[in-house]
Amino acid sequence: MNFFNIINQLAEVDPDVMGRLDTRRSVFNSLTTLGKRTALAAGPALLASFFTKAYAGTTAGDPKEVFNYALSLELLEADFYKKMVASQYFSGQSAAYQGAINQILKNENAHVALLQAVVSGIGGTPVTGNAFSTTVFNGLGSFAAQLEVAQLLEDTGVRAYKGRAGDLLGIADVTIGGTAYNPLETALRIHSVEARHAAHIRTMRGQTPWITGSGDKDSQPNYAGAIPESNTTQSGVSLIAANAITPNTTYSAADAAASFDEILTPTEVGALVTPLKQ
Amino acid sequence: MSDNLQPRGSDDATFAQPLYTPIKRRSFFMYAGATAGASALVLAGCSKDSPDPVKPNLPNGNSTTADGSISLGSGDVGVLNYAYALEQLEADFYAKVAAGSVLSGAELAYFQQVAKHEAIHRDFFKAAITRDAPGQTLRGLTPKYPTGTFDTRTSILATAKAFEDLGVSAYNGAGKLIKNAAYLVIAGQIVSVEARHAAYIRDLIAPGTFAEDGNAATSVNAQGLDLVMTPTAVLATAQAFITEKLDGSSIGVNA
Repeated sequence: MNFFNIINQLAEVDPDVMGRLDTRRSVFNSLTTLGKRTALAAGPALLASFFTKAYAGTTAGDPKEVFNYALSLELLEADFYKKMVASQYFSGQSAAYQGAINQILKNENAHVALLQAVVSGIGGTPVTGNAFSTTVFNGLGSFAAQLEVAQLLEDTGVRAYKGRAGDLLGIADVTIGGTAYNPLETALRIHSVEARHAAHIRTMRGQTPWITGSGDKDSQPNYAGAIPESNTTQSGVSLIAANAITPNTTYSAADAAASFDEILTPTEVGALVTPLKQ
Repeated sequence: MSDNLQPRGSDDATFAQPLYTPIKRRSFFMYAGATAGASALVLAGCSKDSPDPVKPNLPNGNSTTADGSISLGSGDVGVLNYAYALEQLEADFYAKVAAGSVLSGAELAYFQQVAKHEAIHRDFFKAAITRDAPGQTLRGLTPKYPTGTFDTRTSILATAKAFEDLGVSAYNGAGKLIKNAAYLVIAGQIVSVEARHAAYIRDLIAPGTFAEDGNAATSVNAQGLDLVMTPTAVLATAQAFITEKLDGSSIGVNA
């Protein structure tokens, strides 16, 4: 869990490591020589740990692949909310509930349109399809059951974006319709919108807006993974034992877990969302 | 030039000539010039006062600038201290709200949780910066608030909304300034929690405004993108709540 110490250890054997870690691709380019020197100092376990934590799940560093990954999730979400609005349970809901779902659908549709433009703008071909499974959706027998899935989709989306941020470091701006977009900043700005959606749906469901570990869905695999949402150690710093930092202060595991959201790797996300696809 | 230094032939016809031909006058000055130039380079290398345009002197975190401001530092340290400054402010604000008696019931309980989250963020940054950049950890700041900030629920919620949206804007804008991917992941792990706070508080103020509130300048825009601000803009806003004068002009700047 110790991001900083790992980087520091790498820096000890390779003083240029900071500059060469700008992109995941450059890490692999430098791995051969770096690996030889690092192996003497720390062994393969350190490298494995490094890639698991700092570049988790990055099976490909191509920004086109990263944005198509994001687009595929947004297509799934947009279609899910479209099905919610069209379902037999929607008209009976309060104006507040209908307004919230319509607001989220509007944002997801905007994300789809923007991500399609970004993928095209960087020379890729936007993925298509990725509809939400009609079979799965029709199996959701109430508005409440639909909201449960919405919560899982949003919280998973937040974790998925977070897992790819490192892939977009240092990627040049993309110009779309005369406006320059920084790929990383664009992804971060979508990511925090997903978190707003997650917070609102969790509130609609009577859950805390943040993930404390005591929610009714917190045992679902969407909150597990190599680094589960229950994690209370960040970068080697125990958030519970923070009394070492602020004297006479301790924090609960629930507060520590809730104060940091966690990443999911593409492999983990794939296992979670593939059964939901048409 | 080398010809000038070559020994002449050793046969009898040339024996009477000097062993070495004197260096031509022009060649002598070429040598002299090169020597002078080399000496100048050596002297420049020795001088501690010589300006170095390639690597400007960037401020350390927590150093004092010429105008008496506290520098947040440069490069990634600057970004971390920037986050630490904002988390100090948020943690102090929520601690006061959590200890007060204006809010009650479930609302107070949630604000007490938010207070813990922000305190944990603050303590985390202090620990991480102290470990990774010893001696550059931003000092403890002295927050200040407009009169009446903690007197009414309306004022508390408005201030909380401003701080949370500012935090989301700040982290979203700082991501591309970070060089170390591990720090970027940490920033991403925190910003989504700040966004959850922001959504909750906005819904308390006006139900359904978790993402948009009818003002494109203060909420998610038509492209579905959240707020974003540069460190300069964020600090201009945050400065009104911080007694010490902060200088974030080198945040993310690397030598």
